[in-house]
Amino acid sequence: MVKYFCNNTDVRSTWDLVVSAFWQRYPNPFSTHVLTEDVVYREVTADNRLLSRRLLMKTNRLPRWAEHIFPSGISRSVYIIEDSIVDPVNRSLTTYTWNLNHTTLMSVEERCVFQDTVEQPATTQLKREAWISSSVYGFSRPIQEFGLARLKSNQVKSMKGLEYALSNLQGEAPQRPLRDSVKDAAKSLASAAAAPQKPQQYI
Amino acid sequence: MNSVGEACTDLKREYDQCFNRWFAEKFLKGDRSGDPCTETFRKYQRCVQKAIKEKDIPIDGVEFMGPNKDNST
Repeated sequence: MVKYFCNNTDVRSTWDLVVSAFWQRYPNPFSTHVLTEDVVYREVTADNRLLSRRLLMKTNRLPRWAEHIFPSGISRSVYIIEDSIVDPVNRSLTTYTWNLNHTTLMSVEERCVFQDTVEQPATTQLKREAWISSSVYGFSRPIQEFGLARLKSNQVKSMKGLEYALSNLQGEAPQRPLRDSVKDAAKSLASAAAAPQKPQQYI
Repeated sequence: MNSVGEACTDLKREYDQCFNRWFAEKFLKGDRSGDPCTETFRKYQRCVQKAIKEKDIPIDGVEFMGPNKDNST
């Protein structure tokens, strides 16, 4: 079973600044769970897109009920890959993030697209999608729910971290709340079949 | 921010500084006049790839944007 989550929001900064801040958001006051960050691959393609891979190590905070279930020897660290493509012509940044280990327990994949638009040059549109699944027999459902809750919490921290980096870049003190045109949707997909080709409609 | 290889953190920071400057001042402005960070990147990568192997981090052969293939919209 795969749980699907989709969310749209606006970042109140120009695309150029958002993309620059993207590389500089660690460390920030909201990222104490991120222990290490490394660029392990980078390439400028012939059509001038920037491809990058970052390896992150994060703490693996499990709820107490899960800690009782899993062997105490389980690593407390999660390795995460974040692949990204910066397209300065189409003015988009696409990122794909997923965990390398602990995948049986839970696999979380997240895709983000930061898009500049002609209509609103002072803001950047952000579309986020996530797929959460667990292979643990008998515990899939609570683990997925926990995964979704933690994803949402991490996304909030992630946005705060990005805003923090943006403030630093712009030389201001971190302030203003994020202006949301959020349309939240949490959808459960009953199968692990491929996600729809078109963006989801959400209520 | 620290590198996963403890010995690589200084090299990482040196590279990050170079990259951030090049990214904002050249890349985003469409300036393709060359990458001033090649050497510092090489030094940093030598260190961090070694640390990745030593810690058995299973990053080898993982396809770029790998899982995205199944989930593309």
